[in-house]
Amino acid sequence: MSARRLRRRLVSGTMTALVAVLSLVAVLALMLILGHLVAKGASSLDWSFFVKNPVPAGQSGGGVANAIVGTLIIVGSAALIGLPIGIGTGLYLAEYGSGRLGWIVRFVADVLNGTPSIVVGIFAWTWLVKPMGHFSALAGSVALAVLMVPMLARTTEEMVRLVPHSLREAALALGYPRWRTSLRVIARTALAGIVTGCLVGIARVAGETAPLLFTALGNLNFSTSVLQPMQTLSLQIYVYATGPFDEWQRLAWAAALVLMGLVLLLSLTARWAIRQRHGAAR
Amino acid sequence: MAPPADARLQLETVRLTALYGRRAAVKDVSLMFPRHTVTALIGPSGCGKTTFLRCLNRMHELSEGGWITGRVLLDGEDIYDPSVDAIRLRRRIGMVFQRPTPFPTMSIYDNVAAGLRVNGGRPRAEVDAAVEGALRRAALWDEVKDRLRHSALALSGGQQQRLCVARALAPEPDVLLLDEPTASLDPAGTQRIEELCHELKTRYTICIVTHNLQQAARVSDYTAFFYLGDLIEIGRTEELFTKPTQEHTEAYITGRFG
Repeated sequence: MSARRLRRRLVSGTMTALVAVLSLVAVLALMLILGHLVAKGASSLDWSFFVKNPVPAGQSGGGVANAIVGTLIIVGSAALIGLPIGIGTGLYLAEYGSGRLGWIVRFVADVLNGTPSIVVGIFAWTWLVKPMGHFSALAGSVALAVLMVPMLARTTEEMVRLVPHSLREAALALGYPRWRTSLRVIARTALAGIVTGCLVGIARVAGETAPLLFTALGNLNFSTSVLQPMQTLSLQIYVYATGPFDEWQRLAWAAALVLMGLVLLLSLTARWAIRQRHGAAR
Repeated sequence: MAPPADARLQLETVRLTALYGRRAAVKDVSLMFPRHTVTALIGPSGCGKTTFLRCLNRMHELSEGGWITGRVLLDGEDIYDPSVDAIRLRRRIGMVFQRPTPFPTMSIYDNVAAGLRVNGGRPRAEVDAAVEGALRRAALWDEVKDRLRHSALALSGGQQQRLCVARALAPEPDVLLLDEPTASLDPAGTQRIEELCHELKTRYTICIVTHNLQQAARVSDYTAFFYLGDLIEIGRTEELFTKPTQEHTEAYITGRFG
């Protein structure tokens, strides 16, 4: 074997080993987090954890039912506000966004995408909490929706752009008006991708804490009124984990595990949606 | 005051020039398409034949910078008149593209029905009958009648192309535009499409763009030769291929260029 070939093989082998080790480190971090969460939190997961509300500090028992319901309501409302705006913006960018306005919208979306979530929280406080005079779940939802919109817009745009131009022409040649082509053919073809983008977006904001600190605030009691302060899992974790009681820390671990589980479930659903899409394209 | 339409003349272009921005891709072309005939457009790549075809159903104006001068008359009526709705017009002129373009999210049935439904709600039985009729005319019915609800993507390339023909036929157009419909098909699929041309011309006026001279000779009644955006020659197919009047045409059909 020539020296040159030997050298090539050596370099190749070293590089392969290097990237393998690096990916192992990446996976290991995730595994450690998951493992630690399960180890610390799983023992506290019982029926009452899911169905009971928190009890006053010092007492044992109690659960985070209010936080679970609160997370679902706040994230759900955020999705309700954010999805139509985000998807609509994405469709606009992909279909009509070649001009100046499209460029501006795209630029703003990219800037918003990189905005720290706590900044968005401050703005939600300024625009909603302050004028309303009190903290509310709605303000939290709006903050999360603002975080979601640019993400969704860009994902939707990418997915719509993946639809071949020939399909658009085929629909137009059949006598479809342009808006109908966009909705019935283009958006429907890109649907699986858009759904995936939505789920990823929802999963990302479900774990947000900072923008909720001065909007939804948190609530020790069970509340379903979106105009009142509301508890979420992330806020609960923040309070419990930084609190002085062992009982709280125990509950914080369990709440973290549940939150992680929720996000994981959404991600898995997203994966499944992607597989459906590739299945359809075959 | 438009002259009374010649009953034998379906489609006519009068001094049609098609431009992309300031560049003319088709120059001053006047061409007549008699009713229920097949006209083939031939010529080397980039000669403007596809652009010309796309002017006939006003698809050209959807291209970046696309516009035209001149007139295109369908049954004596100028389709570029401001009073004509391009979207409605396209329902009267069916088009099939180079590559099969079935809608991937729709079933075979829904693909064929797509052009009907865009007109608004119709009774179910009527749509059923139109879908079956269109699939029969596209010679696809026997192959798909038991799986109308399946995805259109499960069909072979040749079947997909005939599905696109059926989709174009379902709204009962007067004219059928075929843009190199066999470019991506194997010989068997090509043969099916060519046979279709013969059957379909009893009901439709067909204009087919093709790179394949044998195909033009086999399927068409008239052949038009385009070169660099100009219409060089138009004539009955057997005459154009046996005794072309223009030197360019002869050079092209004998394979000396292009």
